[in-house]
Amino acid sequence: MTIATLQTGADTGVKPILQIKDLHAWYGESHILHGIEMELGEGQLITLLGRNGAGRSTTLRAIMGMVDRRTGSIRIHGNEFINKPAHRISPDGRIGYCPEERGIFASLNVEENLMLPPMVGEDGMSLDEIFSMFPNLADVRKRMGTRLSGGEQQMLAIARILRTGARLLLLDEITEGLAPVIVKTLGTVIRDLKKRGYTIVLVEQNFRFAATLADRHYVIEHGKVIDRIEAADVDASMERLNHYLSV
Amino acid sequence: MELDQMIRLILAQGMLGLNNGVFYAMLSLGLAVIFGLLNVVNFAHGALYMTGAFLALILHSYLGQWLGLDWLQIGFWPSLILVPLLIAGFGMLIERTMLRWLYKFDPIYSLLFTFGVTLVLQGVFINFFNASGTPYPGMPESLKGVVNLGFMMFPKYRLFVIIFSILVCAVVWYIIERTRIGARLRAGTENPELVKAFGINVPLMVMLTFGFGTGLAGLAGVLAAPIYSVSPLMGANLIIVIFAVVVIGGMGSIMGAVVTGFALGLIEGVTKVFYAPAANTMIFLLMVIVLLVRPSGLFGRQS
Amino acid sequence: MTQNVSQIGEFDENVGGTKLQGRARWAALGMWGLMLAFILIAPAFLYPVFVMQLLCFALFACAFNLLIGFTGLLSFGHAAFFGGGAYIAGHVIKMWGFPPLLGIVAGALFAAALGWVVGSLAIRRQGIYFAMITLALAQIVFFFVLQLPFTGGEDGLQGIPRGYLLGFIDLEQPLAMYYFVAAVFVVGFLLIYRIIHSPFGQVLQAIRENEPRALSLGYNVDRFKLLAFVLSAGLAGLAGSTKALVFQFASLTDAHWQMSGEVILMTLLGGMGTIFGPVVGAFIVVALQHVLSGIGSWVQVVIGGTFIACVLLFRRGVVGELARLLRISSL
Repeated sequence: MTIATLQTGADTGVKPILQIKDLHAWYGESHILHGIEMELGEGQLITLLGRNGAGRSTTLRAIMGMVDRRTGSIRIHGNEFINKPAHRISPDGRIGYCPEERGIFASLNVEENLMLPPMVGEDGMSLDEIFSMFPNLADVRKRMGTRLSGGEQQMLAIARILRTGARLLLLDEITEGLAPVIVKTLGTVIRDLKKRGYTIVLVEQNFRFAATLADRHYVIEHGKVIDRIEAADVDASMERLNHYLSV
Repeated sequence: MELDQMIRLILAQGMLGLNNGVFYAMLSLGLAVIFGLLNVVNFAHGALYMTGAFLALILHSYLGQWLGLDWLQIGFWPSLILVPLLIAGFGMLIERTMLRWLYKFDPIYSLLFTFGVTLVLQGVFINFFNASGTPYPGMPESLKGVVNLGFMMFPKYRLFVIIFSILVCAVVWYIIERTRIGARLRAGTENPELVKAFGINVPLMVMLTFGFGTGLAGLAGVLAAPIYSVSPLMGANLIIVIFAVVVIGGMGSIMGAVVTGFALGLIEGVTKVFYAPAANTMIFLLMVIVLLVRPSGLFGRQS
Repeated sequence: MTQNVSQIGEFDENVGGTKLQGRARWAALGMWGLMLAFILIAPAFLYPVFVMQLLCFALFACAFNLLIGFTGLLSFGHAAFFGGGAYIAGHVIKMWGFPPLLGIVAGALFAAALGWVVGSLAIRRQGIYFAMITLALAQIVFFFVLQLPFTGGEDGLQGIPRGYLLGFIDLEQPLAMYYFVAAVFVVGFLLIYRIIHSPFGQVLQAIRENEPRALSLGYNVDRFKLLAFVLSAGLAGLAGSTKALVFQFASLTDAHWQMSGEVILMTLLGGMGTIFGPVVGAFIVVALQHVLSGIGSWVQVVIGGTFIACVLLFRRGVVGELARLLRISSL
């Protein structure tokens, strides 16, 4: 099945922010990604769908340089990132990463967690803006990281990277294990971010959540992209999608 | 013995014990800070303490001679700043060039590496200096003499050391628990990979932390020089006690390491009043008890 | 940064296949042959006392390797068992008139008992804490050795008579003593060899490689570790007792932490987790100490430097590298 390339560039006026070609990644001896290919234009939102263990989280981690070995090409704003040391990826690419485990530091309080990641861009959200987007975080400012609920941790994880001025957001399973009302709030937040022009890659199990937000869906299986579905084609492709997402 | 006399004796030995406790605390602190971020048990911590004391001695009494500048004598106060910096520099050098390659292996290899460093440092100094110790002549005038504490006359210098060390530990605690840099250190200890992904230069932080920890050992060495005579073996005897201290207190908590260090020094001192020969092994006996009763240590998390 | 899979004793990831069996068997036979041949004819061209010293330390290192190389436990206080065995054997032979064989067995048993005490305490903690505890406890033992009157303190326990083996073999004769020591070494080495290749030994290696997995398979990991520790301590005590008999004296150095460090170096240099490695390592270190005896206390610097070099560049050790060269999985 051929994967058509993204229409970006001069003809559509959409700048390609992220271009991944033939990405392979290993954890030790385990070869997890077998040639991932994808593209993302500025202000777009794509989701990575697929079963558990397909390699969706690993793709995000590979972009962030958090795997043992990676080959291929990862271009961000046209610059090659595949050989960059891990601690330069975030600042050079203005990327914000939200890991699946949320990564809230237990020995830091909410405010310290929030202020920890260094600025990667000039127009990071101010604390006021963040607290107006996530009002319940303001109430727990001094609480230690472990004493937050799942929803609060997720809000904090997202708020953390918004403060830094990151424009490309990699969000891994943000709705996992959260109550429906919080999931709804997250949906509002993401929609808002999209409106503000953020570029977002979403790894999501919850297809219904993803479907309302994404411009495009990539289906990943066994470390490869096996299908690509534009937002407009989602209804027509429901049968295919159900097949991919069934356990 | 009358109760009044007994109490005086306890207080007096307690003060002296606190004096030892100061060094236990400072060295456990450095060890815990290094272990927290690097997951390395720095066996060389004792040897670096010893090297710090020797550097103070050399700067005072030998450097001038060696450079042909007989008037040159770097005294206690400048040494207090210079020596920790030198030791920290040395620490950062070995971290950057050698220790760094061992992180991906079993932690015993880094322990064995630091053990090797210990032997090298000790071996070098044994060849040039007397094993039984050389006194440090650089005690500052302002700190000579005694102070009347009511229950005893206590050497001014020793009181200074106690107060100064408590201050240093307090400052280190503050830096780690209340500042931005400390937050980065704490986060890096928990999840170095994620901290790197946020754009923080973790390898640099690791090097600086190792330097900081070893610098603390060097600082302790300078403080020790006027009290104990400077001997190539002074670190060896101490590091084993420090290990017992961190087993009791656990290395998970900075505060725990410091409190345990002070407390054990105190207990050791007071034990001298009741049964002197046991004082040396008191700490080890306590370690045995803690292992039987509360294996994960008083404060720490299991590594 | 953390690994919960041990790399000790792993020499070549690409090892496998039936050809390996043949090669490995030949290599092992070769090593056995070399070792036994050396033991038999060494007195002809080397001082018997020197070779006896080599054999005692080789046994000590092999005993230590049982713990680190095959169970994955780093003991930093093994000198307590070596020295403890030496002093007890010395005492019972000199003061209580034990015959030599019984004497060294007594030393070994004492070391094993001491190992039981130390091991029970140390095993309560994992990893690096275990090493620190063994060091601290060994220091207590050293303290006792220093203070107790029968040990002679700084002077050591001197004048241990060699006695008559089995009542009639005069061990004052250098050759008789030599072959006795050689026999002790071979018995000890064989015992370790059998342990390693037994089901018990397999479980130990499983524990070394991945303790949580061994635990989940239902093994009482702590019990296995303790037994390995006791065996290792007992055999280290056997080595110490024999050494005391060879030199006819036991000294503080035998129980000092520096001795603990030396046995670690021997094992590291020879190859942790190999069977013949500790023997080779012991030979190298003891020989080196003799050769360098002229430079006095600079030896410590050399040993420290060797440690550093080994850990950074030569983790597999001599026999480990040999195994890798021959592309076999264990030697």
